[in-house]
Amino acid sequence: MDAAVAEPVLEARGLIKRFGGLTATDDVTLDVRAGELHALIGPNGAGKTTLIGQLTGELRPDAGQVIFRGEDITRLSTAARVKRGLVRSFQIVQLLDDDSALANVALAVQARLGHSFRFFRRASTDDALTGPARRILAEVGFDAARVELRTGDLSHGERKVLELAVALAAEPQLLLLDEPMAGLGPSESLRMTETLRALKGRIPILLIEHDMDAVFALADRISVLVYGRVIASGEPAAIRADPAVQEAYLAEEAG
Amino acid sequence: MADTSLPEAMADAARTRGWRDRAILLVMFAAAAALPLIADAAGFPATTGIATQIACLAIAAASLNLILGHGGMVSFGHAAYFGLGGYAVGILWEHFRLGEPIFGLIPGSNQLLVTLPAAMLVAGLAALVIGALSLRTSGISFIMITLAFAQMVFFLFVGLKQYGGDDGLVVRRRNLVPGLDLREPAQMYWLCLGLLALWLWVLHRIVRSRFGRVLEGIRQSERRMAAIGIATYRYKLVAFVISGVGCGLAGALMVNYLRFASPEMMSWQRSGELMLMVILGGLGTTLGPVLGAGALVGLEYTLGGITEHWQFILGPILVLIVLFARGGLMSLLGYGRGRG
Amino acid sequence: MSVLLAEQLLNGLQFGVMLFLLAAGLTLVFGIMGVINLAHGSLYMIGAFGAALVANATGSWWLALLAGLAAAALVGMAMEFVVLRRLYARDHLDQVLATFGLILFFNQGIILLFGRQPLFVDLPSWFSGAVEIVPGVPYPSYRLLIIAVGLLVAAGLYVLIQHTRIGMLVRAGATHREMVRALGVDIRLLYTLVFGLGALLAGLAGLMAGPVYNVQVGMGEQILILTFVVVVIGGIGSVRGALFGALLVGLTDTMLRGFVPGFLRGMLPPDQADALGASLSSMGVYLLMALVLLIRPRGLFPAHG
Repeated sequence: MDAAVAEPVLEARGLIKRFGGLTATDDVTLDVRAGELHALIGPNGAGKTTLIGQLTGELRPDAGQVIFRGEDITRLSTAARVKRGLVRSFQIVQLLDDDSALANVALAVQARLGHSFRFFRRASTDDALTGPARRILAEVGFDAARVELRTGDLSHGERKVLELAVALAAEPQLLLLDEPMAGLGPSESLRMTETLRALKGRIPILLIEHDMDAVFALADRISVLVYGRVIASGEPAAIRADPAVQEAYLAEEAG
Repeated sequence: MADTSLPEAMADAARTRGWRDRAILLVMFAAAAALPLIADAAGFPATTGIATQIACLAIAAASLNLILGHGGMVSFGHAAYFGLGGYAVGILWEHFRLGEPIFGLIPGSNQLLVTLPAAMLVAGLAALVIGALSLRTSGISFIMITLAFAQMVFFLFVGLKQYGGDDGLVVRRRNLVPGLDLREPAQMYWLCLGLLALWLWVLHRIVRSRFGRVLEGIRQSERRMAAIGIATYRYKLVAFVISGVGCGLAGALMVNYLRFASPEMMSWQRSGELMLMVILGGLGTTLGPVLGAGALVGLEYTLGGITEHWQFILGPILVLIVLFARGGLMSLLGYGRGRG
Repeated sequence: MSVLLAEQLLNGLQFGVMLFLLAAGLTLVFGIMGVINLAHGSLYMIGAFGAALVANATGSWWLALLAGLAAAALVGMAMEFVVLRRLYARDHLDQVLATFGLILFFNQGIILLFGRQPLFVDLPSWFSGAVEIVPGVPYPSYRLLIIAVGLLVAAGLYVLIQHTRIGMLVRAGATHREMVRALGVDIRLLYTLVFGLGALLAGLAGLMAGPVYNVQVGMGEQILILTFVVVVIGGIGSVRGALFGALLVGLTDTMLRGFVPGFLRGMLPPDQADALGASLSSMGVYLLMALVLLIRPRGLFPAHG
């Protein structure tokens, strides 16, 4: 797949976000193209969270635009963006801890099926919801014997996998993954990498991640964010060789 | 096959428990229905009246539980809808008695089949307006705003001298309903008990429906709800209105029972008590609010029998409950979810 | 008419600064500890009772002042130490319920000790007269004193928050609670002190209210709910918002009470006009709040962002 000629699905154009005197997002322009996995890396405090906030609609940029599939979505709410297929996962998982893993995914399936002003029929035994939910959980490798357990009682690794499953259930046209490997052990990271590799190509992905092994194993392109600016963007080999990146980022990782 | 036995065992346990719970429920309902007969036989006929009040308050508490326990919306103003429902009955009675229509348009009524729906409608409309404004905020602002709007409604009725103002409004006779004589304490009680059971069943269905799932999701993580594409405001507002309608029904029954409506019904203390009943019984459980209403009324009668300053004792008990017994009565019985 | 207007404006200002004293404490406590304290009104009541009792027993207004402040601050800090500090990590629902329990306790406790009869307090002798603000318009000097004290406190709080180390922590605490913890500040002591300050201000408002309004059980909740309106209008966690909100609510409430009944008398029989007027003017500030919510849901001066 030649990512360079494919169409951009998501574009950030000249995004600027200031907090008081601090410019957290400083004229960021970035795109994710069809079929591509684009990784966004940067040291802590580089402004990744702020940037994601503007892409997902939790924050309004002070200047610039967000374009999704040709439509200017800069002023749309988070929910409206999700309805259009721009779906995210959270670094710190946002799950319904009192409910089962299956119920978490089923609710995302339900949200995609239209409005939920249905007051009478029991949702937990509705095959139209649980069927697709089970399929998605299987797809990401969630242990089928544990889908009925309370989410709050699951392991951290399982919760990260579940977080991804919930995002997938929203039928993304583009996935914005916020550190899916964070806190995972080595073998869990490898499994997550394989899961993402299976998704890659099918769904365009913007991957924010600290795990460099995973990033260089998966990414078609990498952009590097430092102090709110994109200091480099290109193919993995070029990024690895870029002296500015090495100075700002890779050196810190190694040291 | 360790992989499959766990969910199967869980499903078996749930089925067994489901049948057991249904049996318990049936026995409880039968006992509740037989209460007036037992009370008369035992020589405590006043018990029926207390139980009627508990049933009315339980309807209100269960309604509040829908948004508080399931939706996570801490409304400190639900007494307003309780009071509005009550005043709907009172005002319709007053105009029926005087024989002049309200605003020259709406005729008064003493028919329960008219006054109950009217009470629910009025309370629902008020909840729609107040909810639409209050739900623009969340957290602590929401608490303060719901409290403030309820206080506003309270002041409105304090000032309506033609409906008794401060002194309240006497309804000389309970409403009429075909097939029942509400002047009979037992029949009044059965009406309230029946409507309580019906309303609990409706709420139970709602909680388990797709709508209820969204509500639960909003309580647990509103951020997640937005991230799966759900615009939460509309769902919260609809839940708020349903809950207001239920409180209106409760207030209408209460005024029928007491034959009296007063601004005290919508005071901030009453709002606090409704919240207490929900917490005492167990947040987010179907029967919790009923137990909570019974417990609070029981506590008031018991402590009230010991000293007129019973609130001096109740206050610290509340603090202790909040600090140390968070799941409520239902969790003591092994049901519901622990909070925290 | 203009004389009446000037008088009502001053009354509104006086009521506004009273509300500010309560709102400032409430919003500081919320801004820093994240706690909603319903029993804040009880501290107002306790300040009023403490001062009234001592004033009536000794006749000394200075002792009364001391007693009112001490009672409110001590009860406030005890309240923080025994109950509220266990609620910082809890959700708002728990905070509301526990402090609701405290209200029942304090109100009934006061009834147990002093009965239900309202207490009356004489004005301090050197403030019992009136001054002519404009020639020919006498105005009670005690109310002017309240206004002066309130504005002085507002100025003092401004200096405290903008120019001292505690103020820096307060400002930081309102937006970055974790950061303040990370600074290694003794958070517990800071919390108790801030709570004590809030209690002190509530007590001050209460003791000053004594000679103007009745000192009785329930006085705390009436004003507390209006204080909530102030905080919602001003923006939660913002002392500046509390000041503007308080003055706005104080003036609106007083103006409506002053002029609506007279306006209605032109249309209705006097007793109905007075009752409806009182009730409509009671509703006025809540409608004002509704209006603010429609335009700026986070209040006029939001503290965050």
